[in-house]
Amino acid sequence: MTEPAVTSRATATSLRDRLAGVQRVAVVPAYNEEGAIASVIAEIRAADPDFDIVVVDDGSTDRTSDIAAEAGAHVVRLPYNLGIGGAVQAGLQYARDHDFDIAVQVDGDAQHDPLEIPKILAPIVEGKADLVVGSRFLGEGEYEPPVTRLLGIRLLARIVSVLIRQRVTDTTSGFRASNRRAISLFASDYPHDYPEVEAMVLVFRHRLKLVEVPVHMRLRGAGESSITFWRSAYYMLKVLLALFVGLFRRYPTPQEDR
Amino acid sequence: MTPFRVSIVAAIAALLLLFVIFELIRSRRLQERYAMLWLLTGIVILILGLWRGLLSTIADAVGIAYPPSALFALAAVFILLLLLHYSTVISRLADQNRILAQRLALLESRVEENRSAR
Repeated sequence: MTEPAVTSRATATSLRDRLAGVQRVAVVPAYNEEGAIASVIAEIRAADPDFDIVVVDDGSTDRTSDIAAEAGAHVVRLPYNLGIGGAVQAGLQYARDHDFDIAVQVDGDAQHDPLEIPKILAPIVEGKADLVVGSRFLGEGEYEPPVTRLLGIRLLARIVSVLIRQRVTDTTSGFRASNRRAISLFASDYPHDYPEVEAMVLVFRHRLKLVEVPVHMRLRGAGESSITFWRSAYYMLKVLLALFVGLFRRYPTPQEDR
Repeated sequence: MTPFRVSIVAAIAALLLLFVIFELIRSRRLQERYAMLWLLTGIVILILGLWRGLLSTIADAVGIAYPPSALFALAAVFILLLLLHYSTVISRLADQNRILAQRLALLESRVEENRSAR
C-alpha cells in the first residue's frame, strides 16, 4: 500500500514544476456557510499557496461574505440566491475576466478535500483534458450513499456514459477543474439548477476532452444534505428532460477551438 | 365511429402541444423548470384523449353526472393552479428586479464618490 503514495508524491513534485506560471483560481460556491468557509479557504491555501481564491456568495443571509473576505479570499456576492449553477458560472466568469488558466471548483461546505486538488489539476496540466471531474466511485474513499440515491447516481452515470461515448461514474460531483476552453464555454453557457450532469454532456458536444479522476470526499459536516426523495425524483426527471432535449440542439465549437 | 375520430383528433392536438413545448425548450425559449408543468398538461390531455373511459370513471368517482363537465372542472382547476404558479414566479422576479436596481444604484453612487474623491 505504500507504493502508490510514493508515486503520487513523485508526480506531485513534477506537477508543481509544471504549474509554475500557470494562473489558477479556486472557485468556491457558498450559501450560508459561515461555519465552514474559513477553514475551506485555509485548507486551499495550505494545499497550494499559489491559488487565488474566489468565494461566490450565493445570496447568503449569514456572515459568509464577511468571513471569506477576512480570510483573504476575493468575494463575489450575488444579489440574491441563484442556485449552484448560477453561482459556479459567476465564479467561472470571474476566472475568464481575470484571465486565469485553470479554475478548480471546491464546494464551500468542506465536502471536498483541497489536498486532492493536485490530482484534479494533473490531467489539465498534462494537456489530457479540458474538464476534469473528481469521482467518488473510482476506488478512493468509501462513500456509500443510501440505496435510492445510489440507484439515481448509477442511472445518470449510465445514461451520460452512453451519450458521451465514454465511461463516467460520478456525474453529480462538483469537485472539478476547467482549463481556459472549458472556462470560456461555461462562462457563456452553463446549465441551471442541477448543472453538473448536463455540463459533462455539454463539454462532449463542444468537443472538449473530459477526464474523471478518483478522489475521496468527506461526508457533509454540518447538517444533512437537503435533498429529499421527492425532490430528487423531480430533479431526476428534469435532468433527464434536459439531457433528452439537449440531444437535439446544435452546438457550435468554441471560437478558440481551432 | 365518432368517438374514435374524436380520440384521434385529441391525440394529435396533444402531440402537437408536446412538440411545441419540446421545440420551445430546444430553442431555449422555455426553461425545463417551467416546461415540466406544460409537459404534464400535454401528457394528461393525451391520456384522456386516448383512454375515453377514464373521464367517465373520474366523473363517477367525484359524483359528476355529465363527464364533459368533469373535463371542464379539471381544466379550470389546472389553469387556476398554473396562473397561481405564475403569480408566484412574477412576484419573485419583481423582488429580484428591485434588489438588482438597488444594488446597481448603490454601486453607481460609490463609483461616483470614488471619482470625485480622486
